[in-house]
Amino acid sequence: MLEHYLSIALTAIFVENMALAFFLGMCSFLAVSKKVDTAIGLGMAVTFVLAITVPMNNLIYNYLLREGALAWISPELAKYDLSFLGFLTYIGTIAAIVQIVEMTLDRYAPALYGALGVFLPLIAVNCAILGGSLFMVEREYDLAESAVYGAGAGIGWALAIVGLAAIRERLRYSNIPAGLRGLGITFIITGLMAIGFMAFAGIQL
Amino acid sequence: MADKAREALIDPLFNNNPIALQVLGICSALAVTTKMDTAMVMSIAVIVVVALSNFFVSVLRDQIPNSIRIIVQLTIIASLVIVTDQILKAYVFEISKQLSVFVGLIITNCIVMGRAEAYAMQNPPGLSFIDGIGNGLGYAIILMVVAFFRELLGSGSLFGAQLLKLASEGGWYTPNGLMVLSPGAFFLIGFFIWILRTWKPDQVEEE
Repeated sequence: MLEHYLSIALTAIFVENMALAFFLGMCSFLAVSKKVDTAIGLGMAVTFVLAITVPMNNLIYNYLLREGALAWISPELAKYDLSFLGFLTYIGTIAAIVQIVEMTLDRYAPALYGALGVFLPLIAVNCAILGGSLFMVEREYDLAESAVYGAGAGIGWALAIVGLAAIRERLRYSNIPAGLRGLGITFIITGLMAIGFMAFAGIQL
Repeated sequence: MADKAREALIDPLFNNNPIALQVLGICSALAVTTKMDTAMVMSIAVIVVVALSNFFVSVLRDQIPNSIRIIVQLTIIASLVIVTDQILKAYVFEISKQLSVFVGLIITNCIVMGRAEAYAMQNPPGLSFIDGIGNGLGYAIILMVVAFFRELLGSGSLFGAQLLKLASEGGWYTPNGLMVLSPGAFFLIGFFIWILRTWKPDQVEEE
């Protein structure tokens, strides 16, 4: 049983890395990867929010939206299938949770809030966050699986952005052709990193 | 007026391309570029959503209270994406299956949000609509170029029609497996930006 969860987590972190295999969260991935410090902050924030929103959306999907999900209120409601409202509900949930997390951190963990604060509002519209919830629905994870998957996907994304930021810091000393400077070379490095991560593809538990 | 509309339409194609210059919106895009037909459906979906969301945000721009504008914009965009998704499921079910979660991810596509926030909130509905089409097209161009190379080099076909005869079927072309995988897309976009910036040197970034 433990192996099953470990396998979900490892797949989410390495094999199906959000950023490198599915191109998710690319906007902030490219924009906020100039310094390692900020990359770590954003990576932590994404992991944190993914680990909360994916299981939360899992509950919403299973108890409100899915066909027959409303049966726990009354048997008559079992015939309704609200899954077409999914996108709107997930994005709303994510925005609300980000807001709550922000307020909670501000109140109880000011140090953490200072580190993550500026990134949290950005995260509400980060594709990786919504992507996590949508993949969870598509792959029909249960509550525990989706919690493991959310945390794993977040850690994988954080790993990728910190790695990229470290490489970009070193890159400042190299002489890059003018047209490639900035965005162009970043894409090519990301491609090389993606090749590196593909080496994990054979891992089976 | 005509000049301004033309500018709003043409400018985002090369001079101010949302992907190449502003790094917007590649999140949900690249994963669907292994084949031309999925890339095309995705491009059309994005163009429709950007244009309509720009239009509706612009129509409502004087009614939207400033403090909750992001939520209002998100709701408008999400509703449009739901409609698009339902239409795709109804009429091109096979392709919509392949696009899987990526249609939903148009909601968080930075282009859509970015244009609503940066352009539609300040400009009248007609112009915003055209600006949306322009930015959608700028996005579509990159998507189609990437998909063209990925499908041609990766599986020797275009729109599913076999152009280069594969070595495995007795032909001469050995497909480049890298192109089908994600790194191929990153390299292609990197090179595309390089070419674009060599052609228009004023887009070069100073670091």
